[in-house]
Amino acid sequence: MFEGASNLAAGVDRTFILILAIAVFFIVGITTFMIWTLFKYSRKKNIPARQFTGSVTLEIIWTVIPLILVMVIFFYGWKGYAPMRKVPADAMKVTAIGRMWQWSFDYGNGKLSKILVLPINKAVRMDLHSVDVNHGFFIPAFRVKEDVIPGYKNYLWFIPKYKGDYDIFCTSYCGLQHSGMNTKARVVENSVFVHWLDSLPVTGNIPDPEGLVLIKNSGCIACHSLDGAKLVGPSFQGVYGKKHIVVTDGKEVEKVVDDAYIATSIIDPGKDVVKGFNKGLMQSYRDKLTDAQIVQITDYLKTLSGK
Amino acid sequence: MSNSETHPQVSYLEYQGKYKGILGWITSTDHKRIALLYLYCIIIFFFVAAFLGLTMSIEKMRPGQDFMNAQTYNGFFTVHGIIMIFMIVIPGLAAVFGNFALPLLIGARDVAFPRLNLFSWYLYVTGAILAVLSQLLKGGAPDTGWTFYVPYSAGSSTNVIWALTAAFVLGFSSILTGLNFIVTIHRMRAPGMTWFKMPLFPWALYATAWIQVLATPIVGITLLMVIAERVLHIGFFDPALGGDPVLFQHLFWIYSHPAVYIMILPAMGVITEIFPTFSQKPVFGYGAIAISSLAIAFVGYFVWGHHMFTSGISYWSKWFFSFLTFIVAVPSAIKVFNWISTMYGGSIQMRPPLLYAISFVFLFMIGGFTGLFLGALATNVQLHDTTFVVAHFHYIIFGGMGFAFFAGLHYWYPKMFGRMYSDRWAYIAWGFTFVGFNLLYFPQFIIGIQGMPRRYFDYLPQFQWGHFLSGIGAFILVTGLILMAWNLIYHKKRGAIAPANPWKGVTLEWQIASPPPVENFDEIPVIKHNPYWFGTEEEIRREKKS
Ligand code: HEC
Ligand code: HEM
Ligand SMILES: [Cu+2]
Ligand SMILES: [Cu+2]
Repeated sequence: MFEGASNLAAGVDRTFILILAIAVFFIVGITTFMIWTLFKYSRKKNIPARQFTGSVTLEIIWTVIPLILVMVIFFYGWKGYAPMRKVPADAMKVTAIGRMWQWSFDYGNGKLSKILVLPINKAVRMDLHSVDVNHGFFIPAFRVKEDVIPGYKNYLWFIPKYKGDYDIFCTSYCGLQHSGMNTKARVVENSVFVHWLDSLPVTGNIPDPEGLVLIKNSGCIACHSLDGAKLVGPSFQGVYGKKHIVVTDGKEVEKVVDDAYIATSIIDPGKDVVKGFNKGLMQSYRDKLTDAQIVQITDYLKTLSGK
Repeated sequence: MSNSETHPQVSYLEYQGKYKGILGWITSTDHKRIALLYLYCIIIFFFVAAFLGLTMSIEKMRPGQDFMNAQTYNGFFTVHGIIMIFMIVIPGLAAVFGNFALPLLIGARDVAFPRLNLFSWYLYVTGAILAVLSQLLKGGAPDTGWTFYVPYSAGSSTNVIWALTAAFVLGFSSILTGLNFIVTIHRMRAPGMTWFKMPLFPWALYATAWIQVLATPIVGITLLMVIAERVLHIGFFDPALGGDPVLFQHLFWIYSHPAVYIMILPAMGVITEIFPTFSQKPVFGYGAIAISSLAIAFVGYFVWGHHMFTSGISYWSKWFFSFLTFIVAVPSAIKVFNWISTMYGGSIQMRPPLLYAISFVFLFMIGGFTGLFLGALATNVQLHDTTFVVAHFHYIIFGGMGFAFFAGLHYWYPKMFGRMYSDRWAYIAWGFTFVGFNLLYFPQFIIGIQGMPRRYFDYLPQFQWGHFLSGIGAFILVTGLILMAWNLIYHKKRGAIAPANPWKGVTLEWQIASPPPVENFDEIPVIKHNPYWFGTEEEIRREKKS
């Protein structure tokens, strides 16, 4: 495992070892005792069973000892945890943004990155922001995890201690590509970090086009990818202007995707069903999107086809 | 010996009421027949869900997509979880063994409300059908996980509403069964059976029933709120509508943590019946076991927050929930010590029910101790939502509750069907089940510690060894389950005729014929001794000599 890759690891690992020792001791002890009684008091030996029914002394002993042990464990668990909530005032701030199914890291001033690059030995505070459903931000090597919940200002912090690449996972189930929602944390020398941040292009403060905002907010991207991947529905990439076979009233016909076709697809998805996909998966957005908004979406789809 | 020779009373299996055949069963209000109706349903659903589990494990033996895609996988673990939790383990032991054995154990002719009992079964079947439909209808299997976390469940286009309604209806079945058992235990104990002369399985059912009645309505209303959110767009939980997603988690776990005790308390009760019988010795610490059941049920209400340590709840509430979680661990530990002390000094006969009971203690300990890792705040941060949790709850629910179910089934089987199964095949099936189980879940602890998240269709290559072993374990486990089922089903008609009391038990169910007559007791017994009274040591010695 990753010994002490962050300042918080020792507190977690100490608690872990403590519980492990207690658990192994009792599991092995009790199991051995059970197996021993099976042989020692086997009916084959033909010794009549004793008929005692309890012992108050023993009951007290095996109530008090476990009670003390669990209180010790509780105390260690709390001690290891308390520092995780005390962020030093001079910590560097990075916002982790979770969306289905990708992480991005906002370093401020519109600088966004897909991997988390950090300077070694410097405290970093991660503010966790979700744009859609619950996610979970988890870096196993650093022993940090916190859920990323829309509307909540969750955070975590740590000091990375060694250079290297570490896995970042999403731990809170978030739909189709939940298991693909991982990336890397890269810990580097401070000078390397400063250089990297300087050369990071400013992208974040260019606002998304309105059509894209609508597509994200209405949840279309749960079923339609923007990059050509086939999800529940056909990808939006290159869809505008495409000629394809659709099933209309049970008959296969060839149609070109134009403004009217897109509007119908959104308002009455069951009318023209793209061949190879199932009817009824997409619900109508009749009451949810106005005509003007549908035009904005269509305009955005045009840009995905280079038009 | 057997009562049926001296009395003409017909057994509940042969009894012919108004209707013949299957109608005679599904209109019967006999608690023993209803128990078997539950049993058959549960066995069928268990194999369906186990099959889903097996296919998931096989899919994961290699990283990347092999034979099912991510959407199918997500549907599988959701439906696997829903079936296993809401249709198998929550009703499970209480509905099958509670219905079968509770009236027998307390010397009653039936439960307090036999018709309500049958109605509960109909509700159960309705809920089960809804759950199956959620799988098959167009729209696709629900893909939210059995926890239905909002906002995802508010938006998913799959058949979430069907699954929610199924869970809602199943909840009512559970509430009514609980109510029935509470009244039965209060009102129908045989003359002379004071509270502290009642066997311990009824004690466990009593504690369970209170949780069913008090906690289940909370999840009922919560599920309704999600339905309202989806259909009427009322913003309870979805932040896009002004709701609070963490509120859902609170409401969900306020029920679902106590629900863990709905599952495990009856299991502990069954185990507590088995140890004294096979040791021919009174249970050790009767009072401690009875009271610890109630203590678990009570404290169990206040620990739900341990499922939410990483969700951003306040610092001191985490402190509090972690503290109480450790307190609730103690009564379970007390029970383990009492079970093993029951064997000490006994005259132990190794038979399949005892073997399953001992395996229960072993697996339950592993499940329980790994729970301490999750209850401690520091380690929870590392382990929450990883396969460590998957291994932990399979050890508790499958290793604990599942093995207790198998133990109870092998224990009461002769009473239920009047036949014996093959001990030899029972041991062989146990071997496969036990080895397969550990091979399936133990590696999940280790890769979980290393950071493998749960509910993952795909994973990074460093975790493959664990998933690969799990896949092999799943094969072995399912083989064992099939062998076990075959042994029990085959010998139901063909096994040797069971005597009234094959294990020399002293509780009331062993004093009547196997299978029991329709009315259970010709004459309601009068209770003089504590329930595990095998006679004085002097008497036993004299009996041995003669
Ligand atoms: C639950 C999944 C789902 C969601 C959410 C969804 N769709 Fe669809 N969509 C589909 C499926 C499946 C098809 C293909 C079958 C059909 O034509 O009805 C489709 C087809 C389409 C088509 C036609 C594509 C083509 O190649 O002809 C358009 C345009 C479209 N959707 C737009 C949208 C927009 C805009 C949104 C969001 C407002 C949206 N969809 C939300 C599943 C979805
Ligand atoms: C044949 C036996 C079984 C196998 C092979 C099996 C396998 C699995 C697998 C592979 C997962 C998915 C884990 C993940 O993706 O992270 C899972 C989840 C689960 N299993 Fe099982 N399991 C079995 C029996 C049981 C039993 C007996 C129960 C309980 C009674 C149970 C309850 C659950 C639950 C509640 C989940 C979580 C679902 C969710 O995350 O929403 N399983 N199981
Ligand atoms: Cu996720
Ligand atoms: Cu819990």
